[in-house]
Amino acid sequence: MGMLSLFSKPAPTLLSLPSGSFTLDREGSMLVSTLPSSYPAELLAAIGREVLEAFRDASAAQLPLSGLVINYPSLKITARELRGGALIFLSPRTPSGPVQLN
Amino acid sequence: MMETRHKILLVDDDPALLELYSELLMQLPSKPEITRANSGARALAMLEAEPYRLMICDLKMPKVDGLQVLSIVRRKHPQLRTVALTSVIDEQFRSRVYALGVDLFWHKPATPQETQMFLECLESLMGQEKEDGFRGIQRKSLVDIIQMECLSQSSSVLRITNGALTGKIWIQDGELIDAETEDLGGETAFHKVLSWKNGSFETLPAEPSRTRRILKPYNGLLLESAQALDEQQAGVTPEGGAPAPVSPLSRLSQIEGVEFVLVLKAGDPNAQEARGLENPECMAAWARQRLDRFRDLGNLLQAGPLEQIAGLGPQRHVTLAVENETELCVGWRHSLTPEVMRDLTKKVLALWAC
Repeated sequence: MGMLSLFSKPAPTLLSLPSGSFTLDREGSMLVSTLPSSYPAELLAAIGREVLEAFRDASAAQLPLSGLVINYPSLKITARELRGGALIFLSPRTPSGPVQLN
Repeated sequence: MMETRHKILLVDDDPALLELYSELLMQLPSKPEITRANSGARALAMLEAEPYRLMICDLKMPKVDGLQVLSIVRRKHPQLRTVALTSVIDEQFRSRVYALGVDLFWHKPATPQETQMFLECLESLMGQEKEDGFRGIQRKSLVDIIQMECLSQSSSVLRITNGALTGKIWIQDGELIDAETEDLGGETAFHKVLSWKNGSFETLPAEPSRTRRILKPYNGLLLESAQALDEQQAGVTPEGGAPAPVSPLSRLSQIEGVEFVLVLKAGDPNAQEARGLENPECMAAWARQRLDRFRDLGNLLQAGPLEQIAGLGPQRHVTLAVENETELCVGWRHSLTPEVMRDLTKKVLALWAC
């Protein structure tokens, strides 16, 4: 069992779900962010793109929206519409966190 | 009869660990066949080539990491038992791994005791699928579960959950003594709970002091329930006449705060039913597209399957959710809070499933 020390190894890092917020203008450009800079910009861009499109398409479907809440088992995305742009909050959910109870 | 050996696929980018795990897994009493893959991509290719009972996957791997592999595997091979093995001590990853539907999340064992416990868990996990196994009990009907409890002369309380609906059935010394769901009690509640098509249950400690409101024997009640369900499926009322046409949509639209209901069939862009909407096509297109896109986003972020989308508007709110093959879009009075809408949407889903 002495070999079990091998169980620890240096390895590539795993990507944590981000916690924080960011603001996008109507073109999808990021204005402000409180998210860790290590989180990939392309993933944030994907979140922003989907949120902005959801707001725009809702208006086109005669359902103007000022806010969106998207629930995944381990992440909650909350977005507020800001004159064509959006303020987006990302909250990871952990088993010990209060959000998990929802 | 020859007993088939379980096949385990072991995935790790470190050859030394693959070797070590293989040796450990060989100690399992069931003597499984161990196959190794040194990358996520290789593991996915091997799963396509032949069936495995269990996959044990490291989380930290280059290129395709363990979360990505597990996310793909849960979708493409839902029958495969999966274990995430990691040295990362972070509750977020535990949560995400379980959200993906992985069977077991385990920190890499560091002591002989932990190793032994890990091996026992693996053996148990593989055994659960053997033949009909213990895993199967959760797929049994409620009738089977009640019969088992009564035949074994048990005393317990069964708590049954069907989405937002919950019910309780009290069993004392193998006899049904009471049932309760929402505002119903006794036999009526029992029949109501029995009419639910699916859900989950847990066994709670017995309550011997519970006042008895059900006096009929359990097998008589089960027969009555089965007969009522058969008649319902055959379109006959208990009096023998034709049933009054009650649209499931109208039932949903009676829920407090509902302004409209739109039901879509996943994968069929033309299948839709609506109540309370003047222009359902437009809303249906929006709902379908948003569900698809946010589902894809969840996969991209490895956040787990999409649960619900809530849209908050100045005139009305809307929620989108999926129940099996059905996609539901519900419009709500704008005075409702997101939390209330979330709970009510669960209720809508549960009612739709009934």
